[in-house]
Amino acid sequence: MLRSVSQFARVTRRAPTLVKATPIQHTALLTLPRAPLARSYHERVIDHYEKPRNVGSLNRQAANVGTGVVGAPACGDVMKLQIQVNEQTGVIEEAVFKTFGCGSAIASSSLATEWVKGKTLEEASAITNNEIATYLSLPPVKKHCSMLAEDAIKAAVRDLLDKREKGKTASA
Amino acid sequence: MIRNTTCLRFAQKAAVQSHFRPALHQVVRPKITMFARGKATAAPAPQLQQELSFKPIMTKQSAPVEEKQIADSLQITKKAGRAIYLDMQATSPIDPRVLDNMMPYMTESYGNPHSNTHSYGWETHDVVEESRENIAKLIGADSKEVIFTSGATESNNIAIKGVARFYKSKKRHVITTVTEHKCVLDSCRALEQEGFEVTYLPVQQNGLVDLELLKNTIRKDTVLVSIMAVNNEIGVIQPLEKIGTLCRENGVFFHTDAAQAVGKIPLDVNKMKIDLLSISGHKLYGPKGIGAIYVRRRPRVRIEAIQSGGGQERGIRSGTLPAALIAGLGSACQIAAQEMERDTKHIKKLFDRLYNGIKAKIPEIYVNGDMEARYYGNLNVSFAYIEGESLMMGLKDVACSSGSACTSATLEPSYVLRALGVEEDVAHSSIRFGIGRFTTEKEIDYAIELLTANVERLREMSPLWEMVKEGIDIKTIQWSQDK
Repeated sequence: MLRSVSQFARVTRRAPTLVKATPIQHTALLTLPRAPLARSYHERVIDHYEKPRNVGSLNRQAANVGTGVVGAPACGDVMKLQIQVNEQTGVIEEAVFKTFGCGSAIASSSLATEWVKGKTLEEASAITNNEIATYLSLPPVKKHCSMLAEDAIKAAVRDLLDKREKGKTASA
Repeated sequence: MIRNTTCLRFAQKAAVQSHFRPALHQVVRPKITMFARGKATAAPAPQLQQELSFKPIMTKQSAPVEEKQIADSLQITKKAGRAIYLDMQATSPIDPRVLDNMMPYMTESYGNPHSNTHSYGWETHDVVEESRENIAKLIGADSKEVIFTSGATESNNIAIKGVARFYKSKKRHVITTVTEHKCVLDSCRALEQEGFEVTYLPVQQNGLVDLELLKNTIRKDTVLVSIMAVNNEIGVIQPLEKIGTLCRENGVFFHTDAAQAVGKIPLDVNKMKIDLLSISGHKLYGPKGIGAIYVRRRPRVRIEAIQSGGGQERGIRSGTLPAALIAGLGSACQIAAQEMERDTKHIKKLFDRLYNGIKAKIPEIYVNGDMEARYYGNLNVSFAYIEGESLMMGLKDVACSSGSACTSATLEPSYVLRALGVEEDVAHSSIRFGIGRFTTEKEIDYAIELLTANVERLREMSPLWEMVKEGIDIKTIQWSQDK
């Protein structure tokens, strides 16, 4: 009986007390309470990622559709944003996007399409990356995603204005 | 009085152990039977996560979702348990048998192994020596050649800096590859600061070193060649025996970072003519914070010690040895030797299942690294036209890692994939799956399912996929932000 205390102790010694009370559950030992995503995204980013709004394509050739493609695959971020403008009122009635990029990039461009709907071209151009970043609570390392979204909006607007110019000079 | 204490302790010990490791082996008796001899059953680890009884929400809704609904969906993820672990190259879970063997040295046998005047010291010294023996047996070495360190990073530092500095009066050249682990590359950079010349060999597209190129790079003043056995990112196995022979012929020391290889592929330092080898505990189901370095004694490899102290471990690595961690490492090595065959079969089966499953359901995927010269516990695959971090976000129930820039702190894509000549946009879309001893078929099937759904969804969202479908060659496009 004495053996199991310590087979090596030549002198009797007081055995160190092990942890008493409730035996540790195996899962409890290995499962530490932890948030599901260690570097957690804001809920809004996840929401836009899980249920993206306005994914799709419009007819590039149409006169009232402006297309903006920004970014580069080498950087890991490409956003394509298309806006369809109502010729009479000058208001953006439809906006769609496609993005190759991280979750924040997808969320930024998805948000951009939501925000430009119902705005005029001037108002859409006024949307800044800070507004997008604040709404999505983007960390500093992801701020460039919101920057790219702002660029995408501006590029789409510019494309539409260019088309109008060309249309005017062609008809003139 | 004594009887009561003994009985109580015995009962406590049994209670603790039975909860730590439900059914595998008998009660550990220190000193006589140091390590469990039980064999792994089909599912040795108990269920670590509960089954998910729902599918991730992926419906398309045009109206924004209520705050509450978002919170609910996150709650479901929190409640349903932890993600499936498929990141074995990052670290591995501690085998329950290893933990059992560590426990006595964390609780009652806490002596310093170097105390040779009392039994506290003797008992921990015994386990240290037995572990040393087990590690040596696994790699075909002698136990006198094994030195304990805090991990493979420290072992690599000792091997590269220690050897180079010792022979610096006569030899000033070191050769390594571009796909080495950061600690090797950083140690070489430190040597460059000290005036050494380092050649970083490029690798072929399959990740393997070109032996002709290596032969031509070795010079008269080359002291060390450091080439890792199994690459942590892409899993390719370098031709160690050929490299070793080449180095021996030229009188150059051959160091290999075998952190991902030990216990997984058969290694023999004499057959492969390896002079220095780094071992990591937490890559082979052992504890973190322990590793070892094998330093050949015949012919002798001399090392200048990095860490000064009491001269433990042949003067190469001073410091008190952590008996508990060493017991864990020794036990892990002994189990690995015993179960290498079983593990290899199990992992190959799961690899085939995963790879064939992905290939059948998802077009346009590229495996990074050679398919034959590969440790099958590592599958690094690129999904063209989508980005890795967004894919990982969708794979929130699967723990894996990506070579994409967005997952690194510096926003740079993986240098190993770049070294293979992989295009940057493809490097951004790579995911690495790690399969291990405890991975199950169910986990693989679930991963495939989740992967398929997410890749399809992200490709629908991708402008590059759209362009490719329309027949546009992406390489010809002038991007607005090309560097």
